[in-house]
Amino acid sequence: MSAPVLALDNVSIRYPSAPAAAVRNVSFEVGTGETLGIVGESGSGKSTLAAAMMGLLPRGSCVTGSLRFEGRDLFGQMTERDLRQLRGRDIATIAQDPFTALNPVMKIGRQLDIFQHWYHDRPRAERKARILEMLEQVRLSDPDVRMQQYPHQLSGGILQRVSIAAALLAEPKLLIADEPTTALDATTEAQILGIMAEAKETLRGATVFITHDMSVVERLCDRIAVLYAGELVETGTVAEVLGNPQHPYTKALLECDPARIEEPTSELPTIGGTVPALDDRPAGCIFEPRCPSAVARCRAEAPLRHDLGPRRSAACHLVTP
Amino acid sequence: MTTYLLRRFALGLCVLIVSMLLLFVLIYAVPGDPAAIALGPRASEAQKAFFREQMGLDQPLAMQAASFLWNLLHGDFGTDILSQRPVADLVFAALPRTVTLAVVGVIWAAAIGTPLGIWAALRPNTFIDWLIGVISTSVVALPAFLMAIYALILFAVMLNWFPAIGAGEPGDLLDQLHHLALPAFAIGVAWVGYIARLVRVSMLETLAQPHVRTYRSFGVSDLRIALRYVLPIAVVPVISVLGVGIGNLLSGAVLVEVVFSRPGLGSLAYDAVLSRNFPVLLGAVVVTTGLYVLANFLADALIAYLDPRLAEKG
Repeated sequence: MSAPVLALDNVSIRYPSAPAAAVRNVSFEVGTGETLGIVGESGSGKSTLAAAMMGLLPRGSCVTGSLRFEGRDLFGQMTERDLRQLRGRDIATIAQDPFTALNPVMKIGRQLDIFQHWYHDRPRAERKARILEMLEQVRLSDPDVRMQQYPHQLSGGILQRVSIAAALLAEPKLLIADEPTTALDATTEAQILGIMAEAKETLRGATVFITHDMSVVERLCDRIAVLYAGELVETGTVAEVLGNPQHPYTKALLECDPARIEEPTSELPTIGGTVPALDDRPAGCIFEPRCPSAVARCRAEAPLRHDLGPRRSAACHLVTP
Repeated sequence: MTTYLLRRFALGLCVLIVSMLLLFVLIYAVPGDPAAIALGPRASEAQKAFFREQMGLDQPLAMQAASFLWNLLHGDFGTDILSQRPVADLVFAALPRTVTLAVVGVIWAAAIGTPLGIWAALRPNTFIDWLIGVISTSVVALPAFLMAIYALILFAVMLNWFPAIGAGEPGDLLDQLHHLALPAFAIGVAWVGYIARLVRVSMLETLAQPHVRTYRSFGVSDLRIALRYVLPIAVVPVISVLGVGIGNLLSGAVLVEVVFSRPGLGSLAYDAVLSRNFPVLLGAVVVTTGLYVLANFLADALIAYLDPRLAEKG
């Protein structure tokens, strides 16, 4: 792999006045042309990581380790202003909820023009042509009409296409999609995922796809990072991790995926218990209280990351390289 | 949009008619015989009866109200009991001065209060936010007539910077502005604080909306987001509050005009109350109500322009 677009090394993030870090010692890399799926339950630190990658953590948050975009450490070497210069040009995002992500009192066309503000040296006609081109790329019908409409006049699926088009207008080297289909119904989700798959083909950089849905990862991603309670429990290529999961949490997640259940059943499997609260983390392995295969050592000692091959690792005592 | 405005306009007309009827009934229910006051204690019963007949006071109340409305529709506001001049002349001579006073008062208050509110909202829970909060709350509590008296004593009597009474020479714009300064100041002071507080709350609320984060994630600068994209949304509730608050402002104008002996609707109404000059009082209040309804309609129209969702809902 050439130099990674995004490289996290031992990143921990603590929100101001929080009792503990929301993300701890997370390391992974995303290379050019790669799509990384970040998977985890609510509260696993997915959205915190997404905010950190954009440099949009709340003021006063404490970040340790290094988070490098094209070799530059976002939190060590860059000022607020430098970070802002990256957003909307080198790094673009697609928000979770399309219904609230756009300004409710402004026409779509004008908003899409504002999102191109870094490219405002281009003539107006060219900017408008780019908007139309992108709206066609996300397969929006009647782009001319849509540009004259307000967000409340459009459906969730159309709004999310607009958001994808907005992100593509930035021509980013890193595209971050934070659960872009969570707020949509199943049919629309399938369409949006199809458009996402096409869209990332046209990008020159890397894509990070945050989700809680394993089937989405399988469909769209090359690599996967499984997060649990702010820690990275397993990472590798999608084929490796989904085909041969090593960490008990990854195994449990896969068992819960309805798409993988073959026998007809009236009860869907779940993982018993809940993610530990920020101020109530176990002393040993963070997954130990819910782990079906925990042994005495898991209670006492936090497992280290075991390398299982190039860019493949799992954090569990039971894993033997 | 057009149907929304038409509906708002029709609603305004209804408010106007109902409030005029209420006013009419209220004023005539007040104890005291207008004929006795108008003609003096030594007038005979026959003279009083003639006066009542002439003014239509001997008719049933419903008839009086109906003919009052009918005459208003034709631009006839009745006749001044004392001077026998048409009330319409008096009222419309006073109207521009009061409108100028109210508009200048609101504009300077908004011009100071809005930036203060924005500033406080951009630095929430800091010293500057606290300071702006303390100042706004203190001035909100100050009634306009009190400010008028203090301003009069300090700037007109002691410092002699501004004239104390009147509205200035007709035709001399500079002199009129000079006379306008203190009354407009007195009327607007409380509004500076009120507007600052409204803008702050509304800005904070709008800044917390997810679409603001979208702008940030596209690298738009915070100041630009606040002024260009958040402010137009945040002023919507402020404008509707201001539209209703115009009523408050007009009643403040009455007292301020009295303090500064400034001819206007306020002093006209005040003198009319003292002399039980019912037609003039009614005329002044009717026009004031009209102003209030008009201000509300303008506020609704501005809101519909700023937030297209409201216009669609009706």
